[in-house]
Amino acid sequence: MSGGQDHMFLTLASQSLAEFLQSAGVPEGWQYVGAAIIHMALLFAVFSLCPFFFIWMERKVAGRIQDRLGPTRVGGRFGWLQSLADGIKLIQKEDLCPPAADSMLFRAAPYIVCMSSFAAFVVLPFSEGWVAVAADCGLFIMLAIMSLEVFGIILAGYSSASKWSLFGGMREAAQMVSYEIPLSICALIPIVAAGSLNLGEIGDMQSGGIHNWFLFHDPFTFIAFFVYFVVATASCKRAPFDLAEAESELVGGFHTEYSGMRWSFFFMGEYASMFAVCGVASILFLGGWNTGLPGVDGALSDLRAGGGPLYYLAGVIGVAVFAVKAVIGVFIQVWLRWTVPRIRIDQVITVCLKYLIPISCFLFLGAIVWPLILHSGLKGQTTWNEPLGARVAAAIPGEPPGIPIVEPAEEADESDAAPAEADSHSDDSPHADESASVIPPDASVTLNSTSEVSR
Amino acid sequence: MSGESLFFTLFTIAACMGAIAVVVSQSVVRMAFWLIISLGSTAALFFLIDADFVGAAQLLIYVGGTLVLLVFAVMLTSSGPYLKIDTSPGETVLAAMVGLLFLFMVIAAQTGVDWDGTNERIAAANGQDASAAVFDSGSGGNTLRTIGMSLLGLRPDLGGASAGELHTAYLLPFEIVSIHLLVVLVGAAYLARAKRRRDA
Repeated sequence: MSGGQDHMFLTLASQSLAEFLQSAGVPEGWQYVGAAIIHMALLFAVFSLCPFFFIWMERKVAGRIQDRLGPTRVGGRFGWLQSLADGIKLIQKEDLCPPAADSMLFRAAPYIVCMSSFAAFVVLPFSEGWVAVAADCGLFIMLAIMSLEVFGIILAGYSSASKWSLFGGMREAAQMVSYEIPLSICALIPIVAAGSLNLGEIGDMQSGGIHNWFLFHDPFTFIAFFVYFVVATASCKRAPFDLAEAESELVGGFHTEYSGMRWSFFFMGEYASMFAVCGVASILFLGGWNTGLPGVDGALSDLRAGGGPLYYLAGVIGVAVFAVKAVIGVFIQVWLRWTVPRIRIDQVITVCLKYLIPISCFLFLGAIVWPLILHSGLKGQTTWNEPLGARVAAAIPGEPPGIPIVEPAEEADESDAAPAEADSHSDDSPHADESASVIPPDASVTLNSTSEVSR
Repeated sequence: MSGESLFFTLFTIAACMGAIAVVVSQSVVRMAFWLIISLGSTAALFFLIDADFVGAAQLLIYVGGTLVLLVFAVMLTSSGPYLKIDTSPGETVLAAMVGLLFLFMVIAAQTGVDWDGTNERIAAANGQDASAAVFDSGSGGNTLRTIGMSLLGLRPDLGGASAGELHTAYLLPFEIVSIHLLVVLVGAAYLARAKRRRDA
């Protein structure tokens, strides 16, 4: 586990962990088991700490917004351990199942919710290379897994044998079936700019400064971020979209009949998936684990290349940056919940079908046409700032299998010198005009990688 | 037993047990639950053979999409609290016979084909390396780019891709099918919407 050169090729954290275990004298074949167990334990810790922290945060923020203090007693002045006290209380409660309920489905539903939001963390990278499974279609897997969560809610609503639960479940089903469409389309918009579904690669592409964040890639991704955030809030069934619970009219909605730990599983899943969608938002739009400060990002990548403990220090800083971005997202969701009134179910569906879907379709088309507009307006330049391909080449120094080097080296050198403003590219040399063809840069990614494969 | 075959066994058992439970149980929503187990285990099998994209598509389309719609439809249409399907003994016998025939066919097909020989003959007929070695550059389930380029007609496994030669592309048929689905969707929405009376 020494030497910076090795780290450059390691896109899979599991691979590096397994190598570390092997060098530490773990018998052959067992290093993968060990790495898997460590990953599971780490992910489970993150998954359980998310609700622990966010529930405390929700109570404190709600208290402040309503001009009261929130929890103050448990664990010192700020009530840090309130969630622990809540957890102990919930464990002690009786596990009730209504006699009329379909007991098997009733008991299984909370686990589906909890497990699907936990499974989403498997493909979520927390820092450069710090991901349990660095899947090439990571975002796709993530969206697929998170769409399972709704099933648990629907089953809970259906199997409770209560009208309130049933209505909650039906509302959740109608809401999720509609909101999945703009969610996927809005997630696709930065993908058009990135040319990759690999969340790790998408994060790496945005290193080197705030102007490289996909939020500022073009006006369409900028708007798409806000649309994504609204839709993600709705997909976590948070207020003002929490029609499945709607305690003012449905008592508790889908969880009316639940008590104790099973009830808390729903909320563990909810808070964990709030973190997950905000983490995806931060990777897709806000630079992920990159700080956004050009000097600091460069220093961090130097640190990463230093190898050994420095590599881990850079990783930890990346995790902190990523977590701060995601927690700010969750904070805004909490803030919205306690300040915006709940809207009616027909308004929820109208907002989605009549506004969000057309807006996201328009943004998607715009994001596709944008490089062509820029190309005709700015003499062959297809992005505001330096071409994405050069950034990919800079982010992936080695040539790991499956991840092609994108642009030729001379263009990378040239764009390093180029300033961020698009205007300055108008007096570029004709050589630059040749190298940027009519197709957007991500198309050349695929073409070049074909030739890599065939060699 | 290696880890891979252990997981293969686990997920295969889960998939088969889920499938049997779908047939045996009588409540429609329970069937949907068992179908999640079965289809989810199938997706896990896809992940196990490094077909990440297919596995995720399986989860998204079947578990996340079709099953949610199924339960939604049951909730909207059922009159009683729990919708049951009662099968008569005749139906059970008939369905069992059809199922057993299909099982027999699958087993016969599996045992009747010389798989190694077929692979060799395919390789010989194509004159190229038909093994997975060419595609293996996307190791560890990273098949996304390969799938995308094959859809565009770039097939490095068939040779000639470095010269820019294009093979049969499937992008246009794929798009036609998706437009077709969209048309069906719009048509269904038109048929199902509340009709406005002309004099109103």
